[in-house]
Amino acid sequence: MSGSRSFLAKLRNGDEIVRLITLIFAATVVLITAALVWELWANSALPRQKFGLNFFVTSVWDPIMDQFGALPFIYGTMVTSAVALVIAVPLGIGAAIFLAELAPPRVSDTLQFFIDLLAAVPSVIYGLLGVFIVVPLMRTVIYPALNKPFGYLPIFKGPSYGVGFMTAGIVLAIMVIPYIISVSREVLLSVPRDQREAALALGSTRWESTWKVVVPFAKTGIMGSIFLALARALGETMAVTMVIGNTPKIAASLFAPGYSIAAVIANEFTEATGDLYLQSLIALGLVLFLLTFILNGLARLLIVVTTQKGSEAGG
Amino acid sequence: MMDGRLRWRKFVSNFMLAMTGVCAIVSVLVLFFILGYLLFNGGTSINWDFFTKLPKPVGETGGGMSNAIVGSGKILLMASIIGVPIGFLGGIYLAEFSGKGVASVVRYAADLLNGVPSIVIGIFAYSLVVLPFKHFSAYAGAFALGIMMIPITLRSTEEFLKSVPRMLREGAMALGASRWKTIATVIVPAAYRGIMTAILLALARVAGETAPLLFTAFGNRFESHGWSQPTATLPVMIYTYAVSPYDDWHRQAWAAGLVLLGLVLIINILARTILSRGIAVPRS
Amino acid sequence: MQASAKPEFSVNIVTNMTTPASRETAAALPMRMTISKLNFFYGPKQILFDISMGIADKKVTALIGPSGCGKSTLLRTLNRMYETVGTSRLEGEILLDGQNILAQDVTALRRRVGMVFQRPNPFPKSIFDNVAYGPRINGYKGSLADTVEKSLRHAALWDEVKDHLHKSAYELSGGQQQRLCIARALAVEPEVLLMDEPCSALDPISTAKIEELMVELKNLTTIAIVTHNMQQAARVSDFTAFLLTGQIIEFSPTPHLFTTPSDPRTEAYITGRFG
Repeated sequence: MSGSRSFLAKLRNGDEIVRLITLIFAATVVLITAALVWELWANSALPRQKFGLNFFVTSVWDPIMDQFGALPFIYGTMVTSAVALVIAVPLGIGAAIFLAELAPPRVSDTLQFFIDLLAAVPSVIYGLLGVFIVVPLMRTVIYPALNKPFGYLPIFKGPSYGVGFMTAGIVLAIMVIPYIISVSREVLLSVPRDQREAALALGSTRWESTWKVVVPFAKTGIMGSIFLALARALGETMAVTMVIGNTPKIAASLFAPGYSIAAVIANEFTEATGDLYLQSLIALGLVLFLLTFILNGLARLLIVVTTQKGSEAGG
Repeated sequence: MMDGRLRWRKFVSNFMLAMTGVCAIVSVLVLFFILGYLLFNGGTSINWDFFTKLPKPVGETGGGMSNAIVGSGKILLMASIIGVPIGFLGGIYLAEFSGKGVASVVRYAADLLNGVPSIVIGIFAYSLVVLPFKHFSAYAGAFALGIMMIPITLRSTEEFLKSVPRMLREGAMALGASRWKTIATVIVPAAYRGIMTAILLALARVAGETAPLLFTAFGNRFESHGWSQPTATLPVMIYTYAVSPYDDWHRQAWAAGLVLLGLVLIINILARTILSRGIAVPRS
Repeated sequence: MQASAKPEFSVNIVTNMTTPASRETAAALPMRMTISKLNFFYGPKQILFDISMGIADKKVTALIGPSGCGKSTLLRTLNRMYETVGTSRLEGEILLDGQNILAQDVTALRRRVGMVFQRPNPFPKSIFDNVAYGPRINGYKGSLADTVEKSLRHAALWDEVKDHLHKSAYELSGGQQQRLCIARALAVEPEVLLMDEPCSALDPISTAKIEELMVELKNLTTIAIVTHNMQQAARVSDFTAFLLTGQIIEFSPTPHLFTTPSDPRTEAYITGRFG
């Protein structure tokens, strides 16, 4: 700023007014964020007082008896996200390798365009497909295929109603693949050319140079993409609610119905009678917020680190 | 004359690379699969009734989703009125006026907000706009969605403004234009295309959101008048109908899904094509 | 010279050498690689025109010339590295030990013709794993530790890193990293080692070390080096080819080329009048 002119002078020619106005709006953003955190914290005071840290390890969720424990939901959120990653990570990284290393630039860009569109599909649409396609598929194809040969394993034991942890995990996998692909593709593209050339010059096959040199070089960024995908999976509400079975129970079998943090909030928020009930749900919301906050922060860090490394090392 | 080991390595190489191709194709096919299914199941149910009639009482067939369509429109409009100015003007501040420290705080807050799960945003909007007034309303829903539009709008405005070449800026100031006049008449118009795109993308994103509306706008079997009544929206209707036990409602859910997806995809494609004719997209 | 050990090379190479003395020298030497009538294109643009020359066995051959003359492009045809770019196309013949490299499997070829790049590019692995990479993927059955030590000794790096083999390669200085890359390339026992301006990113002391190395290395393997530093070429190489806009202007034993160049363009270049 020019400094020597007085505040009033600047005010008169409009610059200072504009600066102040835009400052207020920018500050509003910070205010809103702070308010959000504050509201979450303040409105979950009751369960914090009543249950303390036990809230996280109790598995009873009984609104009638005013007993609220977060464990089934934390469990469900974790399990469905894990299933999602097990499916999405290999597929996503494989696709990213294809797009970054093999496909000619135009093909790579076109396919990436479609994958970006996939990321834009609303969650409730995935839920729709989950309910009417994945659930029947689970009952008729997937469950028999896994339960008959592997039914003795605890994760594949028991009956299936179509909905459950695995179904939710599958739907989540479809939803997070685009994130893994987009970010991994970018970090792979940023690996300096001469890394790959050095590997080829030693007599590597194309796969060896990709898998043993290029991918390890981009390893941190790819990890970042996985964290990002995980953050997305954790917060995902509608699609999961529609196919998880909405049962607040912990079960070893992937075919069992369960519940996730986001799903229980979605289902029970408007039915919550009494402050403790409502605030327990809000407390769950706070947990979710913290989890995604940490994951997103880590993800960003990892991705930035990798793309910098690429430009330092060989560039 | 290749020895056996080399032959094996080449085989593995070709096989694995082919597998990555399969991964890519499968991932992309999902999109077409979704579209196909929606078209197939929903296409036949889209008729004039769908857009013009109100939902019929539970269990009866027929009717439409006119209230949800109007509701979504109302809420999205208001969400834009709330979110866009904050993001846009805040972005101008970041790009044109702020010092480094303030800028990073604002950016950090925006990034944080961007990563908040949409259902938690719904809780926030509930605490702020529903609880005090003791009823669900359209503006509660608009508030929730508006907040979600802020981060994208803010970051993109900042990036696009920053990418305007210095020459343009200096040219205007050399002619005696004050700071704010330069911004309003030269810089913003130069970055207009990118900013417009970002707003469209933000809109497309919130148009499909369901979770934050569940306990803000809630839903309504009838038309809602004004802004302070619970309001039906397309995504929430889809959800309600899909999990119901009625076949006719399922049919309508597919139709609504098709309409919603069509809307979201069209806005996305539009935004991306506008952008690709102009400046490159900044990374978020 | 045993006729059987000396592969046939075309007359063109010898006549490219412009003095009778050098022609005799060339005719008497076995050529590890011979290039005949090579034309190279990137898309529609032709980069190399009718190149014919030889890379003498267990000698250092230098390619010099101003920026853009095609010397790096020429070097990269020798291990078919140009194939990583989609639009490149090659006509002509390149022989390694008498066999056309274009008809061979490229992966096998690249093990036999190694490369060191302009900027050090160690893998994001430990020093040990960098050197061991080549032997590992080729299924080396012997002791990796011995091979790694041998290669690092050949690259004059062993003493500096022997106690730190498991540290990351990125902890080494630029000059050390480049010697590591040389060790890595040597570990697969290549018949020819291509060096593409290996010292251009290094400080003078590291450069001197690597130049000393080259003189030793030629006992192990044949070397072809691209350099924009004429003094370097004069110091380390046995044969030098001078290129200009994609053609070989002169190809002679190094002392000849630098003291009594036969072509006025060569003379202009080495006396610094251009380039």
